[in-house]
Amino acid sequence: MSSLTPWQALPHAGAVDASSAVRPETGSWRTGLKPQVELASCVNCLLCWIYCPDSAVKLDGVTFDGFDLDHCKGCEICAEICPVDAITMVPEERAS
Amino acid sequence: MSVRDLQLLTGGEAVAEAMRQIDPDVVPVYPITPQTPIIQTFAKFVADGAAHGELVDVESEHSAMSAAIGSALAGARTMTATSSQGLALMAEVVYIAAAMRAPIVMALGNRALSGPINIHCDHSDSMLIRDSGVVQLFAENAQEAYDLTVLGTRLAERREVMLPVLVCQDGFTITHSAEPVALLADTAVRQFVGDYAIPHPLLERGHPATHGPFAMPDYYFELRRQQIAALEAVLDALPEVALEYEQLSGRGYGLLEPYRLDDAERVLVALGSATGTIKDAVDELRDAGEPVGLVKIVSFRPFPAAALAELLRDVPSVIVLDRAASPGGAAPLRAEVASALSGEGTRVEGHVYGLGGRDLHPEDVRDVFARRVGDYVGLRGEPCPV
Repeated sequence: MSSLTPWQALPHAGAVDASSAVRPETGSWRTGLKPQVELASCVNCLLCWIYCPDSAVKLDGVTFDGFDLDHCKGCEICAEICPVDAITMVPEERAS
Repeated sequence: MSVRDLQLLTGGEAVAEAMRQIDPDVVPVYPITPQTPIIQTFAKFVADGAAHGELVDVESEHSAMSAAIGSALAGARTMTATSSQGLALMAEVVYIAAAMRAPIVMALGNRALSGPINIHCDHSDSMLIRDSGVVQLFAENAQEAYDLTVLGTRLAERREVMLPVLVCQDGFTITHSAEPVALLADTAVRQFVGDYAIPHPLLERGHPATHGPFAMPDYYFELRRQQIAALEAVLDALPEVALEYEQLSGRGYGLLEPYRLDDAERVLVALGSATGTIKDAVDELRDAGEPVGLVKIVSFRPFPAAALAELLRDVPSVIVLDRAASPGGAAPLRAEVASALSGEGTRVEGHVYGLGGRDLHPEDVRDVFARRVGDYVGLRGEPCPV
């Protein structure tokens, strides 16, 4: 408990800065499946980036650049939305 | 001040006048007796162009307070009003208003909670939200209801406070009774309350944030402690704001008001309009040589325990009059006073009076001082000591 903030130092009314939402690594909550991409099939349409509810699709400029597994929850929306079936969900242990 | 400067107003009208002068940006409200005259009078001011805020006709008191939180945190000065069942329906959101530090000023026309259903005064509605973290100030008459509304607006918005302030006035006894009231000039009130400012308005585009976040066991306790500190800050802030208000109005206020305590041996402690009756009874008894006095509690939350102990520590007998019962336990004000005076050697007794609008007459007060009543004042079928 000693690393937690004492009450005097907490922000007014406990408000949380928007910027702090990226800090907790919530990928540990993942369902057990994680996305895997077949880059040869990817057409860089970025629909997965648009649809990802956790902003866990990374970009390099405007080019698809893999997944941020520190925040991906394994919801499968990217795999579902991908028009060329380049994304498949694979079990956590096999994909390491 | 000459009598020509006074206006004949009910407590409800006096608070509506204060609201017109403060000119809040948003007033979300739902009518309920005996609060209705407040908002009815204010609605006319809005319709006539004498007040310029947005009057939001919501569908319930739960919605009234919800809308009030949203607008107060968005950056708009917000006021509302309610009574009894309305406050009960609103109670869930009142806690959230305090937790989110929304400086809403709310007029409360104190009325008994159902059941049986009743429209008249007692303080059970206030006591229902005793622990919500909001400031509760009790007026003795229409003048005080007006003054505390203006003063309470500044108090609510003090940076170290930032909490809802309830200005409580006894239903009907104050809300509907006309008496001479001195109003300040509109410009003086506007200047006194100043511009509305909160730390991080919801609509501040450069500073997006999550307000009212979930808190797990690792932070809930700390965030509650922060709320307690904000409420306790009123103990210092109220006298400061009151001093400025006195310079403006000539009328002084404090967390409590001592009345004829010199060498007093028996002192009543009470809230609200009954203190006016008690003052008259004290004057008569003092004229007859009886060493009696009164402490009127203005700020019930936060409770000025240290100030009360300072005043009453050498008084042998303190008698608390509660206008609310706590079935199966000590009545709220009595519990507060007993706690403040514990270890002082002062005898603290208490009586419950006036539930559901039963009047407290001067002879009742004399009976209380003479110890001719039991646990309940003015209740049929109650055995009397003696």
